[in-house]
Amino acid sequence: MTVTALGAAVRRKEDHRFITGKGQYTDDINRPGQAQAYFLRSPHAHATIKGIDLSRAKGMPGVVAIYTGDDVAADKVGGLICGWMIHSKDGTPMRAGPHPILAQGKVRYVGDHVAVVIAETLSQAKDAAEAIVVDYGVLPANADTSKAQGAPEVHSEAPNNTVYDWHIGDKAATEAAFKAAKHVTTLEIVNNRLVPNAMEPRAAVGEYDAGNDALTLYTTSQNPHVARLVLSAFIGIAPEHKLRVIAPDVGGGFGSKIFIYAEETVCVWAARKCGRPVKWTADRTEEFLCVAHGRDHVTHAELATDAEGKITGLRVKTIANMGAYLSTFASSVPTYLYATLLSGQYAIPNIYAEVDAVYTNTAPVDAYRGAGRPEATFVVERLVEAAAREIGMDPAAFRRRNFVTKFPHQTPVIMMYDCGDYKASLVKAMEMADVKGFGKRRREAAKRGKLRGLGYSTYIEACGIAPSQAVGSLGAGVGLWESAEVRVNPVGTVEVLTGSHSHGQGHETTFAQLVSSRLGISIDNVSIVHGDTDKVQFGMGTYGSRSGAVGMSAISKALDKIEAKAKKVASHVLEAAEADIDFKDGKFTVKGTDKSVDFGTVALNAYIAHKFNPQELEPGLKEGSFYDPTNFTFPAGCHICEIEVDQETGVATIAKWTAVDDFGNVINPMIVEGQVHGGIAQGVGQALLEGAIYNKDGQLVTASFMDYTMPRADDLPSFDVGMTVTPCPSNPLGIKGCGEAGAIAAPAAVINALTDALGTEEVPMPATPQALWTVIQKQSRAAIAAE
Amino acid sequence: MYPFKYQKAATVRGAVSLLGKAEDPKLLAGGHTLIPTMKQRLASPKTLIDLSGAGLSGIEQKGRNIVIGAMTTHAEVAASPVVQQAIPALARLAAHIGDPHVRHRGTIGGSVANNDPAADYPAALMALGATVHTSKRKIPAEEFFAGMFATALDEDEVITKIAFPVPGKAAYVKFPNPASRYAIVGVFVAKKGSQVKVAVTGAGSGGVFRHTAMEEALAKRFNPKSLEGVATPAADLNGDIHASADYRAHLVGVIAKRAVAAAMA
Amino acid sequence: MPTVTLTVNGRSVTADVDARTLLVQMLRENLHLTGTHIGCDTSQCGACVVHVDGKAVKSCTTFAVQCQGAEVVTIEGLAQDGKLHPMQEAFREHHGLQCGFCTPGMIMAAVDIVNRKGAVDEATIREELEGNICRCTGYHNIVKAVEAGAQAMTGKVPARQAAE
Repeated sequence: MTVTALGAAVRRKEDHRFITGKGQYTDDINRPGQAQAYFLRSPHAHATIKGIDLSRAKGMPGVVAIYTGDDVAADKVGGLICGWMIHSKDGTPMRAGPHPILAQGKVRYVGDHVAVVIAETLSQAKDAAEAIVVDYGVLPANADTSKAQGAPEVHSEAPNNTVYDWHIGDKAATEAAFKAAKHVTTLEIVNNRLVPNAMEPRAAVGEYDAGNDALTLYTTSQNPHVARLVLSAFIGIAPEHKLRVIAPDVGGGFGSKIFIYAEETVCVWAARKCGRPVKWTADRTEEFLCVAHGRDHVTHAELATDAEGKITGLRVKTIANMGAYLSTFASSVPTYLYATLLSGQYAIPNIYAEVDAVYTNTAPVDAYRGAGRPEATFVVERLVEAAAREIGMDPAAFRRRNFVTKFPHQTPVIMMYDCGDYKASLVKAMEMADVKGFGKRRREAAKRGKLRGLGYSTYIEACGIAPSQAVGSLGAGVGLWESAEVRVNPVGTVEVLTGSHSHGQGHETTFAQLVSSRLGISIDNVSIVHGDTDKVQFGMGTYGSRSGAVGMSAISKALDKIEAKAKKVASHVLEAAEADIDFKDGKFTVKGTDKSVDFGTVALNAYIAHKFNPQELEPGLKEGSFYDPTNFTFPAGCHICEIEVDQETGVATIAKWTAVDDFGNVINPMIVEGQVHGGIAQGVGQALLEGAIYNKDGQLVTASFMDYTMPRADDLPSFDVGMTVTPCPSNPLGIKGCGEAGAIAAPAAVINALTDALGTEEVPMPATPQALWTVIQKQSRAAIAAE
Repeated sequence: MYPFKYQKAATVRGAVSLLGKAEDPKLLAGGHTLIPTMKQRLASPKTLIDLSGAGLSGIEQKGRNIVIGAMTTHAEVAASPVVQQAIPALARLAAHIGDPHVRHRGTIGGSVANNDPAADYPAALMALGATVHTSKRKIPAEEFFAGMFATALDEDEVITKIAFPVPGKAAYVKFPNPASRYAIVGVFVAKKGSQVKVAVTGAGSGGVFRHTAMEEALAKRFNPKSLEGVATPAADLNGDIHASADYRAHLVGVIAKRAVAAAMA
Repeated sequence: MPTVTLTVNGRSVTADVDARTLLVQMLRENLHLTGTHIGCDTSQCGACVVHVDGKAVKSCTTFAVQCQGAEVVTIEGLAQDGKLHPMQEAFREHHGLQCGFCTPGMIMAAVDIVNRKGAVDEATIREELEGNICRCTGYHNIVKAVEAGAQAMTGKVPARQAAE
């Protein structure tokens, strides 16, 4: 038996089923009598529905049922919700239009759900959907973030398409700082819209058990308990005790599977209505059209500096595209997950940010890996890099001059940084990246006709989401604690039931490592149970890099209780006073004696109740806990990108990537590094490759992998990853969280490298070959004009 | 996908006969364009005639020609010692069509018959002066390609093989679409004796085309420098979100120079 | 309905299928071999890669009827006699997977790369993985896994690396 320590790069327990094809994803699940659902979707970005003729479709072969918005209304099924209330500057609550699961009278984006056809086979459902005649009254579309205010109105509830106009920080003090500034750096920034594209498309199977009047939903969810809560309490599908939500193996989420969507809601509702299990699996184009997208900000950003190169103020005006409806957490992303991070790693005395959230005729936008924090980091790190260049300082030196060095540090935008050492990660990254040798590499590249640039991104994020007190005061509709239950079986094996959900993060391994190291048992004797509301007591799920900092802290707290209880049992077994019992390395010992008993024996004895007095001690060894964090955690670090641009074609190639991250204590460095790699790839994807593009009619031009560029193996280098550690003081394990760092850090590092290479700050994302060639053309025209 | 009847032809003659008899037929070669199109319900043939059993695979050298059977896969062309020895540019072109899995199924005949404006093979056929052999005739490449997704093939005509004259020097360079990896611009340059042919795929609004201005310049001196200042009018080129017509026009020049350099190497 | 007979993971299988049935559908729906996945509609992601007559193909772009008489191997058939294939071992050892969804196609593609190219270096692996998309790993550890798997399969190190 080997005990697995915290910090060991142990191989993953879950891998065996995945590498042998035995994973169980939602689309792998088929229920007896199951029918297939297919959604008829709007081909128009904006239209009234004047009528729907189902007469021919209903008679088509294999059709079980066809439902439209009228059926939803008749059944009084509630609409989808946005669970975070944001108030505008004038104190009025955000203006949200209704979000029905099937359109009622109007469609608001291409892909909006008009009807569902349920048939024996998917082909039959598609055939019948083609036979539905919808009479649309096409309206002008509004698909441009920067022009949404004043464009055709998406919801009558939101005049001027403005959901809220929110602000944070001290406006007057910031204005004064800018008036007094020696230098002001200004950037116009577009943070491009992304499609999450987890490789497993979303899917759902709804099933009704008439005998018990109970519903089961199998779904691709990052947080099955939240799905159950929303479906039950807000949409009214069934009371929670009559609704079971199962999220089995889930093939990646990146935020997109947090939300409660129309499709799974329809499946579980329709299952009862038509009396058959109803299954739906998105094809990739449906996923492009209807999954919640990410980012899509247009920002005017300014940075004020004094004569010594100290930052004195930061001012931002952002328009954030919400799409056609407010998705589950959409409202929080460009506000409390964005503007609260605008201080970056820097001591900035004055910050003021205004954010207008706007409706457009596009797919809903919500949290995507990083969620607000990548947008904030991009603004701050672009400003800092540009400011350093403008005032003639080395960008690394400029950063060091402005780093926060004393903790705790209260920023002007809510966050209280608890710990960190920003200089340490910068210095280490510069060494690993051989920044000293860059000049030589740049000259060598020039000889090959390549423009070589180097860019930094010293990012910070707020993770471990989140202290319920804090988020509650900011408008969150639910608490963001986590729950755990630890069950010790009589044979000494352990089951941990966690409300966190693993969809690639390796919880079955890291959580088991925690139990193994604490109880001194092999990780093979620990199983992690998650993703089923009937098994797991409760949970808030996995997002915001919270599973380690919050989910594992809950397990740790439950383990504290297990240890305390086991000591009581051990005191009976060892016939010693409880106060004299020590527990270490899986053994209970009596102080000052050589008497000991192992954990397994104590576990067995906990269930042999006649051996001790049940008046003094309850039988059994099972403990639960809810953990609510005391603060956010603040992972931070430094990424350095070195890039080469082919002047003739505009092709950018990443030559070298260095990442040094401070995630606090690390449970499994192999898994943590894997998270960093994946995050960087998504961040590089945003910077160089990916962009969801709607045309002026609101048609998604990039609706498949033929047009939306997914990062592939030959688009990326290997990454040089290092770590520094300042243990997080806000949770018992000292963990900060690592899931989003790469995606947060990377875009600014890439664009800072490109702007360095090209000698202009005007480089858009994604910096495709065409975009960079256009920049180079503009540069050379300007150079000619200057001569 | 709409339903269809599947028929497997045992011979070319059998395929031709089925083409004449079957309801709304379409030939199935590798299927790597056709099947995705059918999945999206954008094509709905009533009959598919599978050519995989019709004996159309194989590569041989016949005199000064490399002759490739229509059902020969891209992977087979890429890996063929005959092609690698005689026309290495063609082997390399085949080695970069799609991805390895696509190359295991996709065929030269299917690609040529489809004449996708971003496909690679049409450039090779045009620049090398290939001849398309069909069930009823031989068609020079110049006459075969008839604009985007259009060819000189009759409805009851089956491509059987393609004959490529062995050039003196040749190279193909592709600038791929970052998403689909199809050619945004692909330039095939071939020199045989004093004659130079330059064929461009991916860029033209009418599909593959010969770049005669480049050919004239290169015929005088076969060197990338000869292409300096040779214009590619953007007016006849495609534009999309990945590459405007102007950018494509620029790329044609850059990629052509690289192709000439590669041919000289 | 056409009848198709083929060998899947060494077992002879006969099924009556609609002509439009894709190989991936036959595997998943008729044979319940759900290790082969569908990640896109445009033949790009490679989650559906299986071996047909020893070659990696996209089972989402192949009709079942085209595989009459063929020998098909899926991820479920890669391990022999309860022993993992060296490429499966390498993916676990090098953390070449996270959510696991692309993994079956990725492993089948990797085995095919080695079958064709032998011991391969990083640049070749990255190029050869063009037809397989992963959203989790950033490919870093997949590349390492394929490199290690290739060495285990061939007993050789890649030529370029050996020369260094």
